[in-house]
Amino acid sequence: MTHRVLQTSSAVLAGLLVPALAQADDVVLSLEIPRLTVAEYHAPYVAIWIETPDHQAVSTLQAWYDYDLQGEDGATWLKDLRQWWRRAGRSLALPSDEITQPTRTPGTYEVSFSAEQGAFADLSAGEYNVVIEAAREVGGRELIRLPITWPLGAGHTPITAQGESELGALSLTVIED
Amino acid sequence: MNKAWSMTAAALGLAFTVTAASQAHRLWLLPSNTVLSGEESWITVDAAVSNDLFYFNHVPLGLESIVVTAPDGSNVAIENGATGKYRSVFDLHLDQQGTYRIASVRNGFFASYMLDGERHRWRGQEAEFAAHLPEGASEVETSRYVGRVETFATLGAPSSEALAPTGSGIELVAVTHPTDLYAGERAEFQILLNGEPYAGASVELVEGGTRYRDAMAETTLTTDDEGHFSYTWPEAGMYWFEVGHRVEGQNGEPGQNYGYAVTLEVLPL
Repeated sequence: MTHRVLQTSSAVLAGLLVPALAQADDVVLSLEIPRLTVAEYHAPYVAIWIETPDHQAVSTLQAWYDYDLQGEDGATWLKDLRQWWRRAGRSLALPSDEITQPTRTPGTYEVSFSAEQGAFADLSAGEYNVVIEAAREVGGRELIRLPITWPLGAGHTPITAQGESELGALSLTVIED
Repeated sequence: MNKAWSMTAAALGLAFTVTAASQAHRLWLLPSNTVLSGEESWITVDAAVSNDLFYFNHVPLGLESIVVTAPDGSNVAIENGATGKYRSVFDLHLDQQGTYRIASVRNGFFASYMLDGERHRWRGQEAEFAAHLPEGASEVETSRYVGRVETFATLGAPSSEALAPTGSGIELVAVTHPTDLYAGERAEFQILLNGEPYAGASVELVEGGTRYRDAMAETTLTTDDEGHFSYTWPEAGMYWFEVGHRVEGQNGEPGQNYGYAVTLEVLPL
């Protein structure tokens, strides 16, 4: 595993998740799933990936979806993450240990990726976007791009954005060892 | 009047209901989804003939002509087919990853002639027409037709095996994949006539939702020397276009009608 997910808005950690104890440079994405006042709420599907400025996917970091539904194939709705599905998802073998994650209820989560192995370490120097797309059943869809220049020094972060509907506050930080 | 419209209807054996270009109708398939994910999936498809896109208000398109080509190139059966007053409907179980080609394909022969001061129309097998033609018939006009009305749906990543041209009639070569179309992007297509590039073809393109606007707002495009044309989708939606071609009969030989119509979904970026 080159990434970890930590819910910071709650002291409760999911059993599988390991606290982000940075041993080397880490890229940490803080991602808020907003609390919505709606009659029927389902946790959104979320995709996080790296793309070039002309929107070609370089690698998928995570896909949050219902991969273990009983009697249903949760992958049926992956297409609703329509930008990610087009650029990357439809060509991936899923579920994947590296990418697949469960959906998450409202809160702020920290997703941590090693800068020294895996997707970020494989990046050539240059301009990229870290893209976050969320799509919710009986709800909407939102996509936000966080532009980065790689390699990314801690001094150039955080890179922040604010979602308007399906995403809340987003922040990308580099934590140097 | 738009000649191409009537030609698809004629090419699909609907000449009986189409007596003038002003009464020409559009033939279409409307899939419930064109981009799908998961291990397997289902779509439902409407099949109808109407002026307005995509509303059921004229006649259904018959299911006997439906041919579905799976991603591996094999033909697969439709399920739960039914034909109502205004439309046919059927389900398709997608259990292969890749692109399905869903088509209504018709080949046939029709004729008209004057008898006792009235014009009569006949459709059937060309070989049987001589036996059918009554004594005293005059002004006999005959045509062969080759028609295709189609759409596409993809489970997983798009594939191209099912899209291979058959070489018969008017067909589409999707330079841009037909289930990878997005608002604001330019798509490129090639039109073939009997397997050869169809240069100078007139393409009549209409976006769905015609009921909710004042004008049909069709766009006429013309293929280049290689049969290519391109179009930048102004917005997301279901689109339809049609291409027709007619070769007049000479020396008593039947004329030849070709028709093609396709429904394409354009997604928002």
